[in-house]
Amino acid sequence: MPRIRVHVDGTAYEDEVEGRLLLVHYLRDRLGLVGTPIGCDTSNCGACTVLLDGHSVKSCSVLAAQVDGSQVTTIQGLAEGEWHPLQKAFRESHALQCGYCTPGMILASVDLLQHTPDPSDEEIRHGLEGNLCRCTGYQNIVRAVRTAADEMGASA
Amino acid sequence: MIPSEFDYVRAGSLDEALSVLAEHGEEAKVLAGGQSLLPLLRLRLATPSVLVDLSRAEELRGVREDGDALVIGAMTPHHDVMHDPLVGQHAALLAEATSTVADPAVRHLGTFGGALAHADPAGDLPAVALALDAEMIVASGSGRRTVAARDFFRDYLETALGPAEVLVEVRIPKLTGWGVRYEKFHRVAQAWAIVGVAAAVRREDGSIAEARIGLTNMGPTPVRAGSVESALSGAPASQDAIGSAAQSAAEGTSPSSDLSAKSDYREHLARVLTRRAVVAAAGVSS
Amino acid sequence: MTEDIDVGAVATLVEDSGEMGTPDGTREVGRSRRRKEDAKLVTGQTMWTDNIQLPAMLHLAVLRSPMAHAKITRIDVSPAMSMPGVVAVFSGADLKDELGSLPCAWPVTTDMVQPDHPPIAYDEVRYVGDAVAVVAARDRYQAADALEAIEIDYEPLGAVVDMEEALKDETLVHSDKGTNKAFVWPLETGDVDAAFQDAPVLVKRRFIQQRLIPTAMEPRAVVVHPVAAADEYTVYSATQIPHVLRVMLALSTGLPEQKIRVVAPDVGGGFGSKLDVYAEESIALIVAKRLGRPVKWTESRSEGYQATIHGRDQIQDVEIAADRDGRIRGLKVDLKADMGAYLQLITPGIPLLGASMYVGIYKMDAYRFSCTGVFTTKTPTDAYRGAGRPEATYAIERIVDELAAELDMDPLELRRRNWIQHEEFPYTTAGGLTYDTGNYEAATERAMELFGYDPLRAEQAKRRESDDPVQLGIGISTFTEACGGAPSRILGQLSYAGGGWESASIRMLPTGKVEVVTGTSPHGQGHVTAWSQIAADALGVPFEDVEVLHGDTKSSPTGWDTYGSRSVSVGGVAVHLAAQRTVEKARRMAAHMLEAAEGDVEFSAGTFSVKGSPEAKKTIQEVALATFAAHDMPEGVEPSLNAEYVFDPENFSYPHGTHLCAVEIDTETGFVTIRSYVAVDDVGSVINPLIVEGQVHGGLAQGIAQALYEEAVYDAEGNLVTGTMVDYLVPAAPDLPEFTTDRTETPSTSNPLGVKGVGEAGTIASTPAVINAVVDALRPYGVNDMRMPATPERVWRAIREGSTGGDRAAEGTIAWGGSQTATTAGAESGSAQ
Repeated sequence: MPRIRVHVDGTAYEDEVEGRLLLVHYLRDRLGLVGTPIGCDTSNCGACTVLLDGHSVKSCSVLAAQVDGSQVTTIQGLAEGEWHPLQKAFRESHALQCGYCTPGMILASVDLLQHTPDPSDEEIRHGLEGNLCRCTGYQNIVRAVRTAADEMGASA
Repeated sequence: MIPSEFDYVRAGSLDEALSVLAEHGEEAKVLAGGQSLLPLLRLRLATPSVLVDLSRAEELRGVREDGDALVIGAMTPHHDVMHDPLVGQHAALLAEATSTVADPAVRHLGTFGGALAHADPAGDLPAVALALDAEMIVASGSGRRTVAARDFFRDYLETALGPAEVLVEVRIPKLTGWGVRYEKFHRVAQAWAIVGVAAAVRREDGSIAEARIGLTNMGPTPVRAGSVESALSGAPASQDAIGSAAQSAAEGTSPSSDLSAKSDYREHLARVLTRRAVVAAAGVSS
Repeated sequence: MTEDIDVGAVATLVEDSGEMGTPDGTREVGRSRRRKEDAKLVTGQTMWTDNIQLPAMLHLAVLRSPMAHAKITRIDVSPAMSMPGVVAVFSGADLKDELGSLPCAWPVTTDMVQPDHPPIAYDEVRYVGDAVAVVAARDRYQAADALEAIEIDYEPLGAVVDMEEALKDETLVHSDKGTNKAFVWPLETGDVDAAFQDAPVLVKRRFIQQRLIPTAMEPRAVVVHPVAAADEYTVYSATQIPHVLRVMLALSTGLPEQKIRVVAPDVGGGFGSKLDVYAEESIALIVAKRLGRPVKWTESRSEGYQATIHGRDQIQDVEIAADRDGRIRGLKVDLKADMGAYLQLITPGIPLLGASMYVGIYKMDAYRFSCTGVFTTKTPTDAYRGAGRPEATYAIERIVDELAAELDMDPLELRRRNWIQHEEFPYTTAGGLTYDTGNYEAATERAMELFGYDPLRAEQAKRRESDDPVQLGIGISTFTEACGGAPSRILGQLSYAGGGWESASIRMLPTGKVEVVTGTSPHGQGHVTAWSQIAADALGVPFEDVEVLHGDTKSSPTGWDTYGSRSVSVGGVAVHLAAQRTVEKARRMAAHMLEAAEGDVEFSAGTFSVKGSPEAKKTIQEVALATFAAHDMPEGVEPSLNAEYVFDPENFSYPHGTHLCAVEIDTETGFVTIRSYVAVDDVGSVINPLIVEGQVHGGLAQGIAQALYEEAVYDAEGNLVTGTMVDYLVPAAPDLPEFTTDRTETPSTSNPLGVKGVGEAGTIASTPAVINAVVDALRPYGVNDMRMPATPERVWRAIREGSTGGDRAAEGTIAWGGSQTATTAGAESGSAQ
């Protein structure tokens, strides 16, 4: 079985894993980091999005074995002391209802703002096209990302 | 859904990957970025007994210039391809089409070579490779060979790659200064192209000197719109001329009738989208 | 929409009681409070059912039929028993005596055909996805592997996927029943024949409500924790209905109700799909009982697409009769509703929830409705957001547009001539319901302002004249709906087995903090926040001091849960009334403490004071502490401020609104783009405007998705062709427009808060608004209807042929094109290398 060393949310782990073990199941079932949910089996919904070495990926479409030597950030490791501006903005803008898509939506937004710090509404919508939400109709999510972008821009 | 069991091999180099493939033949599959393969594994539509992960083969990543061509490592992620300055300058069509592939998270892991080797005719990049006259550099234990894009895509999800071979590099002749457009027609942002048209156009004075057009999802493999290209060669860069050339866009294609579209609609779209792509690529105002 | 509520109507009601408001004198009701629920959701500290890990827990995997209809001729589970990690494997025959039959709680007619519904099929399978065996293994990977070792042989019995085909009774879904017709349910008011005879104008259409897959983002999951020695069971389920589920599990398995505790932990959306009692819930319970170990089952998305209920799937034959001046005389509706293979919890009642609503907001002389329920070999249907009312609204709003076209009249003008005027409320419609309040004029006027109706009509004329390749269409939907889950009395008259009341309790804690216990079961709606607002005002305590307990039959023993836009207008009202009871109890204690007559004690903003001596006062917190100590209680008074209220409304509530949609259609490709969308809703008084706006947005997204994107397609063999998210197209952010929303407020008179429901309004209103816009754009091409979803190909064909766009038959299913799960699966971007 492959052996992996991986940092997840700042903690180092070393484990033997089955080759077929999906990263999302490694996080949830092995590490107990259940903040990352699973919403589909075809990589459409994006609920399981995490940051792998700083970039958004869908953790249901990555093998745990593939992330050996990497840093993984989940929604549970995003806040550094206080909430990330996107976490605050999602609450402030009512950008979530059931909240199941929210971890993935926020991490995809982190990635978006890294590449596009001052996005237009259209850029936000396209930047989040890999993440499905069934509750909000996306409008308040767009609003939240714009709000966070403003705050992050102002503090940068 | 959960994949069937397989042996996972993390190849530290291309040579190591090739020797594992040579040993296991058809039973082994290459894992590039995994963005098509992982869902197939999860649904158990693919059940290899060995999976060879190429991600540590650093020599297969990156973009470099080689004379009048660009050489793109097969393991270069889509995200890197679309933001690469050399690609932007010399293969803008590829940059544009790559930016329409799936979504940002998938583009971080999915690779250029992986997309070509998967050879899904609804994928955006095979038609682009075909339009750009790309050459595939294929390696096996016995050395390397070069396969032209037109010979690479054999059939539905089938390429010229043998079971012990790996696509290592893609060589793309530079089309510096050409106008480009990838017209992708799909029902929702996440859906695959019903039809896509990749067009690159070189203008000289008021005319179109040369045009390259690749069609996505107009048959089991990507297709070149050869008769449109001939009709455009030397044609005036005008709406009318382009529109009339585009009328033959569906010639020689064999689009399917399936859940997303029937063949006559695909043929119609090919004509409309070809006109639009060429008009845009040629910079003709509409 | 403004952030701060337009206090008008709400304030009127609130002030009537004269006793509300938090300690600082502000009112919570009407404020856009940020949600209490969000902290855990944005940090990943949520407790979804699949997150629950228990000691020695086993994972279940369910083997499902690949055949739409077949006899099981042999099943051998023993090879799976020897697979690694497997603890037990059961076939349907192994468990059938304990599992019982899954319940249908709505026998809509006395002669309804109600087939047995075994949670695991043991003799026949009747749809692709029907469970045939279950594996319990140490982890989910081992459970999945073991499924492949089960040996099973089928003898095909023939699929029947089309309702009209099924009604020929040539292939019977339940052969012992002798028919595929589940029931026929009629309704008639007025003299229909007179209304239609000699009617100067008759317009007839057949509308198809395509089958939809609800697709709540959280897949279903269930965990059962048995305490074997005590024969006690805790069932954690991703359900909308923990209370109903407890009763139904007790009835179907025979386990005593008091030994079953049901918990709905955090639940990630439902939209009706979790308003059900599912096979896997019974299976998990019985397997946990058999094995004496906790078990977990979680569906994968593609599994859920087969095994979780679908929505809609109806054929509507609609005919309207009118005078030349546009006055509507009558309406006839002949409905066929696809039940799927079995009757789930309220399957047969779903189409009937719309029965009275086909008349919409319009006055007419007569109305005839008939619904035929039909069995097919497909996944059962049941409630999906709106449940019956979207179908009704679609039919009336579409046919009114067609009538306007026939009369060459502006569709808004035609509506004006027929709708109930605001001064005519309460109004009993031809559908037989009494609408309590409404103001269609006000909502429409506001929508017109926001939309710019006249300039858009002018632009449309210009585009038509110049034969612009991009055509513009304008769609109108002036909708109403009935929500609130009704009075129990009416539900009884409709043969529904359940009630429509809701309970709430107030627990005053010794420190003056408050627990609200509710029988509603939120899964995204924000009840914790909204109920806190209601309780804070009624009790005069800070918003932050209120906690809301829900979704656990141990802490919240009674309730009817959350569906049908019922929660605020029944459950929220119950919170308000329970809090008033607590205030009355506290008033008696305060009077005693203040040595005043009870009648002289006033309550305002959390403080009791004595009339005429303002310095004599006690806060409700002081009263709570004194009651807890109980050292000095008034004569005959129990030491408790806790109070319960069970509210049963006297009527439905009737949200309404006017939605206007402008679409642009690329006539070369058929692609439809929504250019602008205005929704002015009247949901009565509003507790939290931010939450209300969010509900409208989400509802619009789902209604638009029915109009343009989503469709569950079966092939002739009964295979679900749109079996994954690759092929069933749920819209993403770029596929939906920015909505303009606003509200008018006409308080409901059916409850003391004046509230109506809002959960389904957006969905109900938007589908016809979009399709009316599409048809409006295409009318010059001879198009007078459009099949849903209005795919580009359908629109393109409609333009060429003057048709409705036709069927999207799943022909040629084995093909390239990135559309077939069987061949491509997965998101784009290849990497099979």
